Amino acid sequence: MTAKARSKATSSAKGPLVETTYRDALREALREALREDDRVFLMGEDVGSYGGCFAVSLGLLEEFGPERVRDTPLSESAFVGAGIGAAIQGMRPIVEVMTVNFSMLALDQIVNNAAALLHMSGGQYPVPLVIRMTTGAGRQLAAQHSHSLEGWYAHVPGIRIVAPATLEDARGMLATALSDPDPVLLFEHGSLYTMKGTLRADAGAVDLDRAAVRRPGTDVTLIAYGGMLARTLEAAEALDAEGMSAEVVDLRTLRPLDDATIVGSVRNTHRAVVVDEGWRSGSLSAEIVARIQEQAFYDLDAPVERVCSAEVPMPYAHQLEAAALPQVASIVAAALRTKG
Amino acid sequence: MTAEPLDLLRTMLLIRRFEERCAELYSGGQIRGFLHLYVGEEAVAAGVCAELTEDDSVVSTYREHGHALARGVPLESLMAEMFGKVTGCSRGRGGSMHLFDRSRRFVGGNAVVGGGLPLALGLALGDRMQGTPAVTACFFGDGAMAEGEFHEVLNLAVLWRLPLLLCCENNLYAMGTSIAKEHGSTELALRAASYGATAWPVDGMDAVAVNRAAARAVDEVRGGAGPVFLELRTYRFRAHSMYDPDRYRAKDEIADWRDRDPIELLAARLRADGSLTDADLAEIDAEVVARVTAAVEAAAAGEEEPVEELTRFVYSDTSTAARSVR
Repeated sequence: MTAKARSKATSSAKGPLVETTYRDALREALREALREDDRVFLMGEDVGSYGGCFAVSLGLLEEFGPERVRDTPLSESAFVGAGIGAAIQGMRPIVEVMTVNFSMLALDQIVNNAAALLHMSGGQYPVPLVIRMTTGAGRQLAAQHSHSLEGWYAHVPGIRIVAPATLEDARGMLATALSDPDPVLLFEHGSLYTMKGTLRADAGAVDLDRAAVRRPGTDVTLIAYGGMLARTLEAAEALDAEGMSAEVVDLRTLRPLDDATIVGSVRNTHRAVVVDEGWRSGSLSAEIVARIQEQAFYDLDAPVERVCSAEVPMPYAHQLEAAALPQVASIVAAALRTKG
Repeated sequence: MTAEPLDLLRTMLLIRRFEERCAELYSGGQIRGFLHLYVGEEAVAAGVCAELTEDDSVVSTYREHGHALARGVPLESLMAEMFGKVTGCSRGRGGSMHLFDRSRRFVGGNAVVGGGLPLALGLALGDRMQGTPAVTACFFGDGAMAEGEFHEVLNLAVLWRLPLLLCCENNLYAMGTSIAKEHGSTELALRAASYGATAWPVDGMDAVAVNRAAARAVDEVRGGAGPVFLELRTYRFRAHSMYDPDRYRAKDEIADWRDRDPIELLAARLRADGSLTDADLAEIDAEVVARVTAAVEAAAAGEEEPVEELTRFVYSDTSTAARSVR
């Protein structure tokens, strides 16, 4: 499945369209993975009896049993490390960490083991592990459940970082991640679980290499991923009314970045705005801006703009949280600034 | 099954001579980085590893030369790794603290204290889920028992009854901090027992005692009893690393422990029961020294990894992500 999945930019499914949600698409991907490969198992806090903190794995315990849908104690470092060890020993673990904030408790295992073992061992120990976690704000969960730290992980060589923003990617990224010989971290935005839409009944694996142009345009490139994609598309619609045609690029994979798609779009539009829910200092958005100026400096008609979260620990109160996050209006304003 | 004492002696001598040579080479600048010597603790690695089969896995720490040698990792590839050569067991990317050998299921030295424990838990889980009778042995020190990973891993290993042999090398110091300053209760085996694991302390200077304890422990673990914890009471004769001036230990204390040198101890016992003569010991020693010398020569002559290969193994060669770091 690997080579086939990799050869296509997005799923080439042709089946009938069915109504679904981001959550159900993720669950279907898990179910398929568990069905198709005996080596696959799901492990994490409350993935079994509870059905998953966000109900993604609801029903899987009943279907696959406690060996393969494995509830763990609150021991992030131990169960993430256990995923690494089990992967080395021939299994294909999917480890769920409730939120990226909690994954800080497993940072040593992810950075010092999962990402480093292959290189440190001179190529002897690849770690075919998938770690899923929730990221992002928007649900008034305050400073220890809301941050977007996937950019930190994207700093680390040796791991692949993906962020499904669409139903098709929620359905299709897991299978490809499981066929990857190296660790893949899959970031599910907490505000997307209830996102509804249609998906082909036979939707399947999608590639994890390329960014996707979600909306064509000619005047500015808006670059987003994960939870920011929907509002960036909304901003693009609003820009139409302002007479500005915006192209929207969904990064999909945060490491390795698909420079060709990003830079290719900017070369056409000559203007760019990076929308990133992470903080701006030392961030993924900074990296993307740097790559654009390295590779397309003379194609630019204006400085590249950024719309990021305010540099505060995420507050609880709704108006404060909203003010801390990139919003349609701030994305539109940033795009308009590039017109000068 | 227990090992032949003479084999334990041979393994311990190999470790000792290998490391003495490493120390010389370090002083001469041929080995760099950190170098943590195991001198004094050889009975632990020799006694435990002798009870493992080729299907078992081993996870070690940054003080790992002894475990690697006792596990059977070829000393040529270990010495070459010290030299940073491509012929080294980690192709020169790991050095003294990160020795790996997949063919011997030696899953490395982990240089973050306690960091090897979750990995070892997963190896045991993987074996269990695939229905193999294999055991994973994880070595760590008294210092690691102050890390949260120890608590998390032992709790999980007991909960899931995983085939994990936890070998705590209690050498009384976490780098330069004595056990009395790092643990509220210094009865480490008792603490492990409180998690529901079978646990007991062992004289870690007595290779035969370690070996007997390991034989019983491995039997229990392999039999499905869940994890067993051995507190191996030992001592490092040398400083924490080559950089350490060793200001925190009394000379008398070191001398007292040196009186119980595990090699001397076993050799004396074998001499006493007539199974070893001075000539035999000299012969074993000469043989070991010759092997180490040959390994040093081979390591020195070994090739270096070309710098063009710097970013190889960041991602697997077959991964499309590999291009991103080239």
